[in-house]
Amino acid sequence: MTRPPEDRDLRDTALDTGQEPDALERRLARIWRTPPGLVNALSTVDHKIIGRRYIVTAFVFLALGGVLAMLMRLQLAQPESRFLSPDLYNQVFTIHGANMMFLFAVPVMEAMAIYFVPLLVGTRNIAFPRLGAFSYWVYLFGGSMLWIAFILQMGPDVGWFAYVPLAGPQYSSGKRADIWAQMITFTEISALAVAIEIVVTVLKQRAPGMSLDRIPLVVWAWLVMAFMIIMAMPAVVTASSMLILDRLVGTHFFNPAEGGDVLLWQHLFWFFGHPEVYIIFLPAVGMISTMLPAFVRRPIFGYLPLVMALLTMGLLSFGLWVHHMFTTGLPRLGESFFTASSMAIAVPAGVQIFCWLATIWLGRPAFRVPFLFILAFFFTFVLGGMTGVMVASVPLDTQVHDTYFVVAHFHYVLVGGAVFPLLGAIYYWFPKITGRMMSERIGRWVAGLLFLGFNFTFFPMHILGLQGMTRRIYAYPAEMGWGGMNLFVSLCSVAMAAGFLLFFIDIFRSARHGEPAGDNPWEASTLEWATSSPPPPYNFVRIPVVTSASPLWDEKGSLPVVSGLAVNRRELLITGMGNATPEVRETSPQNSIWPFFAAIATSVMLVASIFTPWAVVWGAIPLTITLIGWFWPRGTPEDDS
Amino acid sequence: MMASRFALLAFLALLAGCKREEREARLAPPIAEAQGAVLVMPNGISGRPHDVIAAQGDAFRNNAYQLSQGKRLFEWFNCQGCHADGGGASGPALMNGWWRYGPDPVSIFLSIRDGRPNGMPPYRDKLTTEQIWQLTGYLQTLGASTASLASTSRNDAMHSRPAENRAPAQAGHTTRPSP
Amino acid sequence: MNTARLPHLFLLLPLAGCSGWQSALDPRGSTAEELHGLFWLFTITCTAVWGAVLLVLAAALWRRRHPAGISEAQQARSERRSGVAIGAAVAATVVIITGLTFASYLATRGIAEEHPEALTIRVRGYQWWWEVLYADSAPHRAFLTANELHLPVGRPVRLELATADVIHSFWVPNLAGKQDMIPGRENVLVFTPREPGTYRAQCAEFCGIQHAHMALRIVVEAPADFERWREAQIAEAAPPMTPEEEAGRQVMESKACGACHTVRGTAAAGTLGPDLTHVGGRQTIAAGMLPTTRGSLAAWIADPQTVKPGNNMPMVPLTAEELQAVSAYLARLR
Repeated sequence: MTRPPEDRDLRDTALDTGQEPDALERRLARIWRTPPGLVNALSTVDHKIIGRRYIVTAFVFLALGGVLAMLMRLQLAQPESRFLSPDLYNQVFTIHGANMMFLFAVPVMEAMAIYFVPLLVGTRNIAFPRLGAFSYWVYLFGGSMLWIAFILQMGPDVGWFAYVPLAGPQYSSGKRADIWAQMITFTEISALAVAIEIVVTVLKQRAPGMSLDRIPLVVWAWLVMAFMIIMAMPAVVTASSMLILDRLVGTHFFNPAEGGDVLLWQHLFWFFGHPEVYIIFLPAVGMISTMLPAFVRRPIFGYLPLVMALLTMGLLSFGLWVHHMFTTGLPRLGESFFTASSMAIAVPAGVQIFCWLATIWLGRPAFRVPFLFILAFFFTFVLGGMTGVMVASVPLDTQVHDTYFVVAHFHYVLVGGAVFPLLGAIYYWFPKITGRMMSERIGRWVAGLLFLGFNFTFFPMHILGLQGMTRRIYAYPAEMGWGGMNLFVSLCSVAMAAGFLLFFIDIFRSARHGEPAGDNPWEASTLEWATSSPPPPYNFVRIPVVTSASPLWDEKGSLPVVSGLAVNRRELLITGMGNATPEVRETSPQNSIWPFFAAIATSVMLVASIFTPWAVVWGAIPLTITLIGWFWPRGTPEDDS
Repeated sequence: MMASRFALLAFLALLAGCKREEREARLAPPIAEAQGAVLVMPNGISGRPHDVIAAQGDAFRNNAYQLSQGKRLFEWFNCQGCHADGGGASGPALMNGWWRYGPDPVSIFLSIRDGRPNGMPPYRDKLTTEQIWQLTGYLQTLGASTASLASTSRNDAMHSRPAENRAPAQAGHTTRPSP
Repeated sequence: MNTARLPHLFLLLPLAGCSGWQSALDPRGSTAEELHGLFWLFTITCTAVWGAVLLVLAAALWRRRHPAGISEAQQARSERRSGVAIGAAVAATVVIITGLTFASYLATRGIAEEHPEALTIRVRGYQWWWEVLYADSAPHRAFLTANELHLPVGRPVRLELATADVIHSFWVPNLAGKQDMIPGRENVLVFTPREPGTYRAQCAEFCGIQHAHMALRIVVEAPADFERWREAQIAEAAPPMTPEEEAGRQVMESKACGACHTVRGTAAAGTLGPDLTHVGGRQTIAAGMLPTTRGSLAAWIADPQTVKPGNNMPMVPLTAEELQAVSAYLARLR
C-alpha cells in the first residue's frame, strides 16, 4: 500500500502557500477532531474531552458526598437522634470518606492534570491517550459500583480505612467490605494509568525550550503527584487484595491466630494513606503558585525553593505514615522518629507559604474570585497546618486521635488546603475550558459563604474533640453536653452547603450565558492562554517555543513556534528531559473504542472477583481480547510511520 | 424494547441482591413468635416452617448477616464441644451430608430447640427462636455441596477445615477416623 | 478577614470554662495533666505562628504601593530583602519545630514511667462493652466486673488492655491519653489518678455498629472507699430478699439470661456477656447507655434492640411477671 510521498508525510510548512489562510487549521482539525455520535464519544482520546468528563464526574461525586455529609450533620444535630439507624449511619460516613478521598479528591486532581498538563507544556495531546480513556471508564464504573452498592444497602460500613479485623471475614459479613476493597482497586488502576501519562507527558512532550526551570509550578506539582501515585498506590492495592483474599479465599494475612498481623493492615494502608493526602495537596499548592502571579501581576517569588519544597514534601510524606498509629503501642523510639519526621514537613510547607507571602508583598494584588479563594486557603490551611503540628506529637495525639479534633484538622487541610485552591482554579480555568467567564458577583458570594460556612462548621469541632467527642459515632448522650455545639455546627454546615449549591448554579449558568472570555482573560503568563478558549482539538496550531518561565509576559507580541510537523496524521514533538530540546516527531494514537471495551472487561472481572476468585481466571479472557483489539495495527497513517 | 426488558431484568437482579445484605436488628415480637410455630410431623422429624419464614425471603439461609449471626452463635454456645468444627466428635458430623434426623430446616430447628436422644440438649431456654433459626441457616451452609454467595467466610481462629464459602467443605478434608 | 476572625475568638470562650467528665481540658490524672500542659504550649505557639502569618498576609495585601511602580534597583533590593526574610522565617520554623519535638519527647518519657507497686487491672474490649478483671495474687480475691472501673486516688494504675474481637481503643481523657486494644497484642497504660470523681471513658476506635455506645465509668475514690468496694465485689451475689426477687433469680437461671451472663453464687454462669454479680451497684447498664434503675433494667431486658440496635443481646421473650421479677432481682444485686 503505497501512497504518494507528499500524502504520506505532509508537513505544515507545505501549507504555508498563503492561498488559503486557514488551511492549516482545517487540516489539523480534521485529523484531531472527535466526530459526533455515540460511538465516537465513547472512542475519543482527546485529553480535553476526557479531562472534562473526569472533572464533571468528580464534581458529581463531590455533590453526592456532600449530601451524605449533610445527612450526618442532620443526625448529629441533636443527642441520641434516631434519624439514621446506626447501620445506615456507618455506611454513610464510610462512603462519605471513601467517596471524597478516592472518587473526588484524587481523581479531580488527576482530571485537572489530564486537561491542563498538555496545554501548559504546549503539546497536542497527552501521552498514551488511550490509557487516559481507559482510566476514565474504569474510574466511572468503580465509582458507580460503590454508589449502586450503597443504594442496595450493600454499602461498606467499616470506615474509609477499613481496619481489620472489623473489615475482615469474621466481623464484616456479606459483601460490604469487599465492595470497599474492590472500589480501591478500581480507583487505583485509573490513578496509576493517569500518573504514567502525566510523567511521560511532562518529561518528554514539553514545548521546545521549556527546560526544567521553566516548567510551570503546577506542572511540577502534578509531576511529583504522579510519582507519588506510582510509589504509594501499589501499597494499598496490595492491602486491599490481601483483604479480599482473606475474605474470599481464606488466607490469613491479617489473622493473628494463624500468624498474620492486624497491624500489617494499618502499616500498608497508611504507607499509602499519608502520601495520599499529599497527592491531593501538592497539585493544589501548585495551582496556587501558578494562579498567584496572574493576580499580583508579577512572577512567582522563589521558583527554585518552591520546586524544592514540592520535591521535599513528596519525599518526606513517605516517612511519616506511623503518625496515624501513635496509639497502637509501637516502640517509643520509633514513635519519636515519626514525630520528628511529621514535624519536619512543616519546613517545606512553610517555605511555600513564605514564598507566596513574598510574592504578594512584592506584587499588586487584584481581588478577583480566584485570589479570594487563595486568601481563604491561607487562613484555613495554615490553621490546619498548626493543628497538624499538634497531632504530629505522640503524647498530644493520644488525646486527640480519633476524636472530632482530628476530624476538624483533616477537613481544614483537605478543604482549606485542596478544595479552596481547586475552586479558585475552577474559576481561573473555567474560561479556558468553556470560553466563558464565571460570574464575579456570584463568585464572591460563593467564596464568602464557603469560607465562613467552613470555618464555623469545622472550628468548633476542635473543641468538641477536646471535650471528648470521638469520631464515627452515630449518636451521643445528652448528658455529654455536646448538643449545643453540634447543633451550631449543623446549622453552619447549611451555609457551606449553600455555598456549594451556588457554585454549581454558577457553573451551569456561566457555561451557557457567561460572558465570552477571549484567549487570555486574566492576562496570565503560561502557555495554555496562548491558544483559543476553548482550545481547538489540536491545542496549538503550531507548537510554541518557550524562552522564559513566563512566556506570555516575556514574549511581547506572538510566541515563536515550531514548524515542520506532519498534518496528515496525529503528530507531536518529543523533546529532551532536561532542556526540552526537540528530539523526534512522534505520532499520537487515533480514537479507539477498545479502551472502553477493555474498561468494561476489567470492571466485570473486578466486580465478579468479589464473588469468586475464579473470576480472575475467566475474566482475563475477555480482557485479553479487548487488549488485542486495542493494539491491533490498522494501517492508519499513525501506525505506518 | 429489548433494552428496556434487559434493564428490568437487571433491576430485578439488583433488588434480589438487596435483601442479602439487609440487617434487621430487631424482630417484631409477633413475628418472632410466629417463627417458632412450626408444624411438626408426629415423629419429631421434618415438618413445615411457618409462612413468615418464606415471607421474609428465607432470610436465615440467604442473608449474609443472619448467617454470620448463626456462625457466631455456633461458637458462642460451644457447638464445637461435641461437633468440633462440623467434622463431628462426640456428637455427629454436621457437614458430611448425613443428618440423623433429616436434612430439612425444620428438622434441624427442632434438633436444636428440643434436643435429641443420646446427648443433644434442648436449647429452647438458652436461645431465642430467631437465634435457633440463625443457627439452622448456618448449619445448612456447613454441609452445602455448593457455596452460597451469602455464606460466611473463615473466622479469625485456628482452622481445621475450609471456610463455609469454599463449599463443598468435605472435599479435601477428612473427618475423624472411624473408631 | 479581621472581622471574620472575631467570631472565632467568641467561639474560643467556652474553652476557658471547659470542664467535663470526658474532657482532655479538665485533667484529673498525672498523664492528663502532663498532656494538658503540652497542649497549651503547642496551642499558644501555633496560634502565635498562625497569627503572624496572617498579619504578614494582611500587611502584604494592604501596604501602600507606588502608583507608578518602582525602579529596577528598588525592585531588586526589595526582592533581596524578601529573600532574607524568607530565610529567617524558615530558620524560625526549624527552631520552633525542634523545640516542640523536644517538648513532646520529654513528655513521652515522663508519661511512660512504670511503678512496681501499681494496681494492675486487665480491661478487655468486647463488641460493645468492657470487661474488667481485678487480678490478685490470691486467686479467690480476683474478680470480674464490667463497664465500671474503681480506682484509689493517688495510687499508680497499670491497665493491661486487650480485646476479645476487633480493635477498640481505651480513652479516659480526664486521666490519660488513649491506647488501642489490638487482637494478638497487649498494650499497657500507666497513670495515677489525682482527684476523686467520676469520669467517663469511651471507645475511640470504630468497632462496629454500636461503637457510639461503648462507654465506661471510672470512679476514683479514697483508698478506704476503694477497699470497701473491692471487698463487696469479691463477695458472691446478694441473695434474693423477697418472693419476687426469688422468682427473678429463677428466671435468670432457667431462661436464656444465664446462658450468657454470670451471677456468682447462682447457676447462671455464662461468659459471653458482662458479669452481673453486682450489676445493681454499677452506675450504668448497657455500657453507659442507661442509669441503673429497676425501670431501666426492665426496659433494657424487654427490648435491647431498640435501645441499642445491633448489639449482641437478644430480645428474650418473657412474660410481664418474669420481666418484673428479673429486673427486681438484678436491681437487688448491689
